[in-house]
Amino acid sequence: VKHTHTYTQTNIYIHTQSGIQWAHFSPVFQNRFKSPLRIKKTLSKTGVKNIVLVDGVRTPFLQSGTTYADLMPHDLARTALQGLLNRTGIPKDAVDYIIYGTVIQEVKTSNVAREAALGAGFSDRIPAHTVTMACISSNQAMTTAVGMIAAGQCDAVVAGGVEFMSDVPIRHSRKMRKTMLSLNKAKTLGARLALLGSIRPAHLAPELPAVAEFSTEETMGHSADRLAAAFGVSRREQDEYALRSHSLAKRAQDEGLLSDVVGFKVPGKDIVSKDNGIRPSSMEQMAKLKPAFVKPHGTVTAANSSYLTDGASAVLIMSEEKALALGYKPKAYLRDFVYVSQDPKDQLLLGPSYATPKVLERSGLKLADIDVFEFHEAFAGQILSNLKAMDSDWFAKTYMGRTSKVGSPPLDKFNLWGGSLSLGHPFGATGCRLVTTVAHRLKKEGGQYGLVAACAAGGQGHAMVIEAYPQ
Amino acid sequence: FCVFIVAARTHVNYELKDDVAVVRLNDPTSKVNTLSKQMEAEITQVMNEVWGNAQVKSAVVISTKPGCFVAGADINMIKACKSAEEVTSLSQEGQKMFEKIEKSPIPVVAAINGSCLGGGLELAIACQYRLATKSKKTVLGTPEVLLGLLPGAGGTQRLPKMVGLPTAFDMMLTGRNIRADKAKKMGLLHQIIDPLGPGLKSPEERTMEYLEEVAVGVAKDLAAKKVTVDKKKGLIQKLQDVVMGFPFVRKQIYNTVTKKVMKQTKGLYPAPLKIIECVQSGVEKGSSTGYQVESENFGKLGMTAESRALIGLYQGQVACKKNNFGTPERELKTLAILGAGLMGAGIAQVTVDKGVATILKDTTLEGLARGQQQVYKGLNDKVKKRGITSFERDATLSFLTGQLDYSGFQKADMVIEAVFEDLAIKHQVLKEVEAVTPAHCIFASNTSALPIRDIAAVSKRPEKVIGMHYFSPVDKMQLLEIITTDKTSKDTTASAVALGLRQGKIIIVVGDGPGFYTTRCLAPMLAEAVRLLQEGVGPKMLDSLTTSIGFPVGMATLADEVGIDVAAHVAEDLGKAFGQRFGGGNVELLKTMVQKGFKGRKSGKGCFLYGAKSKDKQVNPGAEEILKTFKLTAPPAVSGNEDVQYRLICRFVNEAVLCLQEGILPDPIQGDIGAVFGLGFPPCFGGPFRFVDTFGADRLLQKMKRYEEFYGNHFTPCQLLQDHARDPSKRFHK
Repeated sequence: VKHTHTYTQTNIYIHTQSGIQWAHFSPVFQNRFKSPLRIKKTLSKTGVKNIVLVDGVRTPFLQSGTTYADLMPHDLARTALQGLLNRTGIPKDAVDYIIYGTVIQEVKTSNVAREAALGAGFSDRIPAHTVTMACISSNQAMTTAVGMIAAGQCDAVVAGGVEFMSDVPIRHSRKMRKTMLSLNKAKTLGARLALLGSIRPAHLAPELPAVAEFSTEETMGHSADRLAAAFGVSRREQDEYALRSHSLAKRAQDEGLLSDVVGFKVPGKDIVSKDNGIRPSSMEQMAKLKPAFVKPHGTVTAANSSYLTDGASAVLIMSEEKALALGYKPKAYLRDFVYVSQDPKDQLLLGPSYATPKVLERSGLKLADIDVFEFHEAFAGQILSNLKAMDSDWFAKTYMGRTSKVGSPPLDKFNLWGGSLSLGHPFGATGCRLVTTVAHRLKKEGGQYGLVAACAAGGQGHAMVIEAYPQ
Repeated sequence: FCVFIVAARTHVNYELKDDVAVVRLNDPTSKVNTLSKQMEAEITQVMNEVWGNAQVKSAVVISTKPGCFVAGADINMIKACKSAEEVTSLSQEGQKMFEKIEKSPIPVVAAINGSCLGGGLELAIACQYRLATKSKKTVLGTPEVLLGLLPGAGGTQRLPKMVGLPTAFDMMLTGRNIRADKAKKMGLLHQIIDPLGPGLKSPEERTMEYLEEVAVGVAKDLAAKKVTVDKKKGLIQKLQDVVMGFPFVRKQIYNTVTKKVMKQTKGLYPAPLKIIECVQSGVEKGSSTGYQVESENFGKLGMTAESRALIGLYQGQVACKKNNFGTPERELKTLAILGAGLMGAGIAQVTVDKGVATILKDTTLEGLARGQQQVYKGLNDKVKKRGITSFERDATLSFLTGQLDYSGFQKADMVIEAVFEDLAIKHQVLKEVEAVTPAHCIFASNTSALPIRDIAAVSKRPEKVIGMHYFSPVDKMQLLEIITTDKTSKDTTASAVALGLRQGKIIIVVGDGPGFYTTRCLAPMLAEAVRLLQEGVGPKMLDSLTTSIGFPVGMATLADEVGIDVAAHVAEDLGKAFGQRFGGGNVELLKTMVQKGFKGRKSGKGCFLYGAKSKDKQVNPGAEEILKTFKLTAPPAVSGNEDVQYRLICRFVNEAVLCLQEGILPDPIQGDIGAVFGLGFPPCFGGPFRFVDTFGADRLLQKMKRYEEFYGNHFTPCQLLQDHARDPSKRFHK
């Protein structure tokens, strides 16, 4: 029955293109939409499967080195998976595939998706793989899932992301590693002793995972500072934006809007149920901080940057038919998405500026059609630079080969429940948080279209259009 | 009523940003800012206004040209001077102006983006605070010594105080360019800022604005005493200061530096010694003496022949970095190179990093692998020196394709052959290439002596055939000699010059003939060198006699470097082409050496022995044996050291002048540039033509006549030289 119902709705949507106010057809619709005068079509396309987000959860995002400090990444991912199982009640073998995104890999669990799934109570017959694409790794996990479903190979896929910055792989130096590997092959005691004798104090210096972009050797914070300077974003603007992010996150947390968070009983510690990095400060306090990357004249500080975070997220994605067949009421349609990439030196963090107009074009939408924006906040300076870039005809023409600007998202629709600056940013896990938040905000605010956009190391970016599921 | 007549300022203006005066430099008549009379006058005027304005609490000096702060003093201003006193007074004016800035009652910040050289650096170091962009274009340095001059506007006095004696000497005596990050470490800069990428304006424009914003911020902080101009000194620096406090240590330094300079310049260049004198006077006798010595020495140097020669070379070099043949009809996108030897791979190396798709073709895998490794190594050395990143190296290498066949040649816009110097082989590859390349494709030969018209004889498209004579090692030698035949089209020439300029070359374009210009001048001098060896001047003595007149490499060593086989080849070919004039030395001597395997450095033995790592070069006993069998008696009247040197020079110069007379050379400027940058003709002479002007054609003629008596027509002066000797008003350079 539900099936037929949906298709009928779809038909109604299509009619709206000719200007019929479909909202008037049903009192249910009128209830849901606070502004019933909107005339919006569905983004469903003929020949393309409708793919839905059934639900999404995440562990609390904690500053690294706090309560999660003694765990391993798969522990966090497993917790997110268990949370998803509990929240959706999906049968343990109803999932066809599991995909996780992560950035800094724990070498012991390099396919963290599989290690997490094995302990999460899912059937051991469900294949799992791990993807990586810097800060848009879980976006990549989700779109991989969308691709598998669209191609008709799967019906239900779990996608997620995890990042664990409390522990990172610190390696021996290359020279030491070479010696140690040769040691394995040395046959005689003499040969072994000779190798051991070749070790010098310098060989013992450890190698930390690089915080710098590999191709340019520039740290992301440094690039963000240059970006802010290039777009003339002041220190004050950045601090104000960061303060906004923390204040909005605090309000969302206090009002219980962050319902994607599932509690986590950390072994040997208390139950964690809240993000712990949300700290609304004052402009005066923030102004006292010294620049963190470009010294002494830079503008990016610890207070207007996202911080190192531990956390994991998971979403359940299905074809619409499957979701309805299993009796679910999906939260949203996952519609068009794009990936973009550009110069990793000077445009490292401009992904959203490139991705936004492209994905809107693909969906046949204008910026004004979007009700809910969720952009990944790597740095306040990065967000503000992107807003300025999107509002510049010159930038659109000179660098993006477009005829005009796409426009700057209005702040009253933008990251209203906080963002990566305040909630935290576990690199691999942020994408799922953004998508789930869009779905929740669409419902809460009564919007129809949402837009997710994010930048990522390597000069890459992503955007996705999300459509509210009719209630 | 009254009328104010204010001379409009064109080069310098200023604007108030709150209480900071932003002084902007911009010479509207040039791509670069130079300290011309106009510029200096306006700086003085503006600074006086700034100092007179009670509102102003600090100042920023900045250029509005993105790639240039101030590139140096105006050379023509110095050239125009008629006496040492005039040059001295130029120096004094500069000194005064910068002293006022140094003693400014308000802090002055120099904000540097682009070249900050010579007088530009002296301006910057007179300011209280310096910050610069970390752009690739930002370089600091004191290149005056390369023009035979010294930093004459207080540079010799301020630099030692700022960076210490040893570093100051290094900077002023080498004239080398220093990148911003290095300059900060040396204590030359207080602060550096990273260039910006795209924003709401072009990166260049916004970077300039940003530099100014940061500089204004610093200026305000300096005025408010929130920051100080003192730089924190490291332990090493402090130790060095203590050590330099001892007079005997300083004395030791002056001595060591003087010795080093004498060893390197053979006393042929006066400027380095004067620089040492200026620094020493300032440090030991106080700055007023120092300034006086500096300006006097600057005046003296300004009138020396060496300085005029070096300035001539500098300006000639600028002239040879232009394309006088117009814009090519087609942009060169794909270049194919035949032969992955030293030359072929060298040409590939200087091409791939300009974004030109480059095919490197060889006939064997071993040869190809060696060539590709050479290109890789060349780029990787830059990575090691932090000139480029490993990613830039990899991206650059992606433009290179190594192969053994002609696939992809249908896309080639130009082919440069660097195969063995044999006309039959050249003909063969030319035919093969023309069969697979498009009609617009240019065929360039990197031959060093074979006439291009002979190579073009088998071409279906002779208008597309040209000579491009590179010098080894290609990535180090700046010269490219382009040879056109009477059939070569103008567009072909324009394309070849355009490529050479992209490769960063200094280019001379000469007419066709055996040996063209450079090889043709070298051959008679080489013949004379062989003659000298036969006459009992040993290889070591020959080296010492040639280096002591300013050749960077001794003649015997040069022969080893070029290859004795190549030298024999050239001597024989050109000997046949030009007859007796190219005689003197016995070609058989060279041939015998080749037979014995003494081919020069590449075979481990030539005039000298190679391989052993000892610093002192050993003469090859085998070569000495051969020399004995070819021994000739030296005529004592013309075999003194000086005569030996003049004999070598005369033969070179006479042939060069003959090339001009015959129209091989289009003008004396290209002749001088080719001789100095391609063959190492002593830079202190400024090239063979300037040598004739300075030395006097009549004097040269007398010497040649004397040598002619003993050696015959090797020393017969050419007509043009005779004309110049007869009429002293005739000069090659105005």
